[in-house]
Amino acid sequence: MPAVQETVERVKRIDVDQYRYGFETLIESDKAPKGLSEETVKFISEKKNEPAWMLQWRLEAYRRWLTMTEPTWARVDYPKIDFQDLYYYAAPKPKKTVSSLDEIDPEILKTYEKLGIPLREVAMLEGVEPKPGEEDPARRKIAVDAVFDSVSVATTFKAELKKAGVIFMPISEAIREHPELVQKYLGSVVPTSDNFYATLNSAVFSDGSFVYVPPGVRCPMELSTYFRINERNTGQFERTLIIADKGAYVSYLEGCTAPQRDENQLHAAVVELVALDDAEIKYSTVQNWYPGNSEGKGGIYNFVTKRGDCRGNNSKISWTQVETGSAITWKYPSCILRGDNSRGEFYSIAISNGYQQVDSGTKMIHLGKNTTSRIISKGIAAGKSQNTYRGLVTAHRKALGARNFTACDSLLIGDKCGAHTVPYIEAKNSSATFEHEATTSKISEDVLFYCIQRGLSQEEAVGLVVNGFVKDVLQQLPMEFAVEAQKLISISLEGSVG
Amino acid sequence: MMALLEVKDLKVRVEEREILHGLTLTVNEGEVHAIMGPNGSGKSTLSHVIAGKPGYEVTDGQILFKGEDLLEMAPEERAAKGVFLAFQYPVEIPGVATMTFLRTALNAQRKARGESEYSTPDFLKKVREVSKSLNIPQDMLKRGVNVGFSGGEKKRNEVLQMALFEPSLCILDEMDSGLDIDALRIAADGVNALRSPKRAMVVITHYQRLLNYIVPDVVHVMSRGRVVKSGGKELALELEASGYAQFEAA
Repeated sequence: MPAVQETVERVKRIDVDQYRYGFETLIESDKAPKGLSEETVKFISEKKNEPAWMLQWRLEAYRRWLTMTEPTWARVDYPKIDFQDLYYYAAPKPKKTVSSLDEIDPEILKTYEKLGIPLREVAMLEGVEPKPGEEDPARRKIAVDAVFDSVSVATTFKAELKKAGVIFMPISEAIREHPELVQKYLGSVVPTSDNFYATLNSAVFSDGSFVYVPPGVRCPMELSTYFRINERNTGQFERTLIIADKGAYVSYLEGCTAPQRDENQLHAAVVELVALDDAEIKYSTVQNWYPGNSEGKGGIYNFVTKRGDCRGNNSKISWTQVETGSAITWKYPSCILRGDNSRGEFYSIAISNGYQQVDSGTKMIHLGKNTTSRIISKGIAAGKSQNTYRGLVTAHRKALGARNFTACDSLLIGDKCGAHTVPYIEAKNSSATFEHEATTSKISEDVLFYCIQRGLSQEEAVGLVVNGFVKDVLQQLPMEFAVEAQKLISISLEGSVG
Repeated sequence: MMALLEVKDLKVRVEEREILHGLTLTVNEGEVHAIMGPNGSGKSTLSHVIAGKPGYEVTDGQILFKGEDLLEMAPEERAAKGVFLAFQYPVEIPGVATMTFLRTALNAQRKARGESEYSTPDFLKKVREVSKSLNIPQDMLKRGVNVGFSGGEKKRNEVLQMALFEPSLCILDEMDSGLDIDALRIAADGVNALRSPKRAMVVITHYQRLLNYIVPDVVHVMSRGRVVKSGGKELALELEASGYAQFEAA
């Protein structure tokens, strides 16, 4: 049977039910009443012991949201979401405030163990080469701010970060402990009126991470949040705010997995990044949420607003994402290049299999002079999935000397899937230089046979070719994350080829 | 002498059209066989069927390799058992360093045979040795598989793999195509260095030229899906003089 035919046969039998991370944890939880109303918003705010200004902010967002309609321009198709049929808040019942990991529910710790997430202090993976200018990798650490069903239950490495002056804590705590910073920056990149899902998030966000790196400080470790959805019918509304003050540097890792279930789960996160003069933020995501079963049932709906503001001159924001999960992905990590000479980067691997639908890309908004941006997008479609890159590159009339380079490559596996590229390019001044390259290819039978003739199985051959295809992006990830991502890529494509 | 490869009355179809009409061929250990013939005589089909390329339907006949039924084996299994096909047009695999490819393939074969995988230092040592003998610069091994390689480099890369995987049967499909005389000589020298009493080679070619460098023990002439004549190395010279027309008419 020709390889393509085999691929098609295999895809018919594809079983995404073998979702690796499909397990639930039995933990009592504390839920808001079903549905969305001012009462729900107040309930959440109260649960979080929030100050009055925060509640007002949320309520304004909620009232705004009532006037908005869901966007329909993305190339995704899903049944209408009944927003009154969801729970907007669930938290593990707090027994008491925890001061060490030993006090955390062992069930929760077990869940992390299953995910292979090192919550305790772990040194780096062996064989990691130090990046130039960094200390010995064996001594590099990752700080984990664990978000479990909306509430951060453990924050490690706090002391060491504190020594460096870095604030890394659940945003709910930051609202109480650093109101001046939160009030100054929250909603300053993604305003409460931004879009339907971001506005919804502003009204009901449960928790998330807050990072502030003071001027001139290079954050001594990579910051990491792993979160997972673990409560039936609970919308997950994360809110993350990261500020790198003048000359500061921080690398932030976000990764998540979710348990298997039938109902669709709505996720509408908002991430805001602010880089002041000469600051740099590197934000890396590995996303592996439940993609739905072999009939396309279930799976996470992921409507995310991620935006970085290069507010200062010579600042830099870099997004790297590896997207393998979710039934629906609607996500455009973007950069506003406000400061002169600022730089935005977007490196993306988006893999879709089964019935997954991905509509993802970026926006590079050039406002300052001599701003540069770079977009490298690798889309891989298998099974019956649809994979769309949607990107906007725009130069304001004052953005003299703006430059962008975009390369969008799509790889198709089998012939029931689709890859689409939708670039929008607007240059409002004549000095802007925008380059756009796009390719679409199929894994050819000749290439597969060449590998197989050398002893690889069909699946190993596909894995090798795909890893070659995404290499440029994988290289952008921190080493320890790249290893995880590479594993995830092969897991996601398991069963995509006969 | 033990028969390594026995092809018996092989009939093969591609999309309803029969290409091989009952081909018989026996290759013993240590022998080098040349298969010559005009375009469309079925030479490449034979090599593809032996290697297990999808898209060919065997309707009759048998292929035995070391006495085992080769057609029952998956292509990667055949590779692990020692069947190597040097491609006429080696493919490019962007983003996959040649070194990574070599190691992945070699270890996959070793694993399939129940042997231990090579450690990184052992593997590097082995690759360096082999590539040095083939005049392959280390720099080439860092580049993507065949990406931006010249015709000669691609063929040398095939020979490198042959040397590294140590197969017992090497099928060289039109190795001379696209090579100038110097590149041809280097590749042929590499192949000759791999001749051994335990290893057999099947050299597929249009032209006698290649056989000046890789001197065969047996020459077969293929025409219209069959072996129509076999003889010693002098048969190749005969063909060079008189052409294939005499067999086409048959």
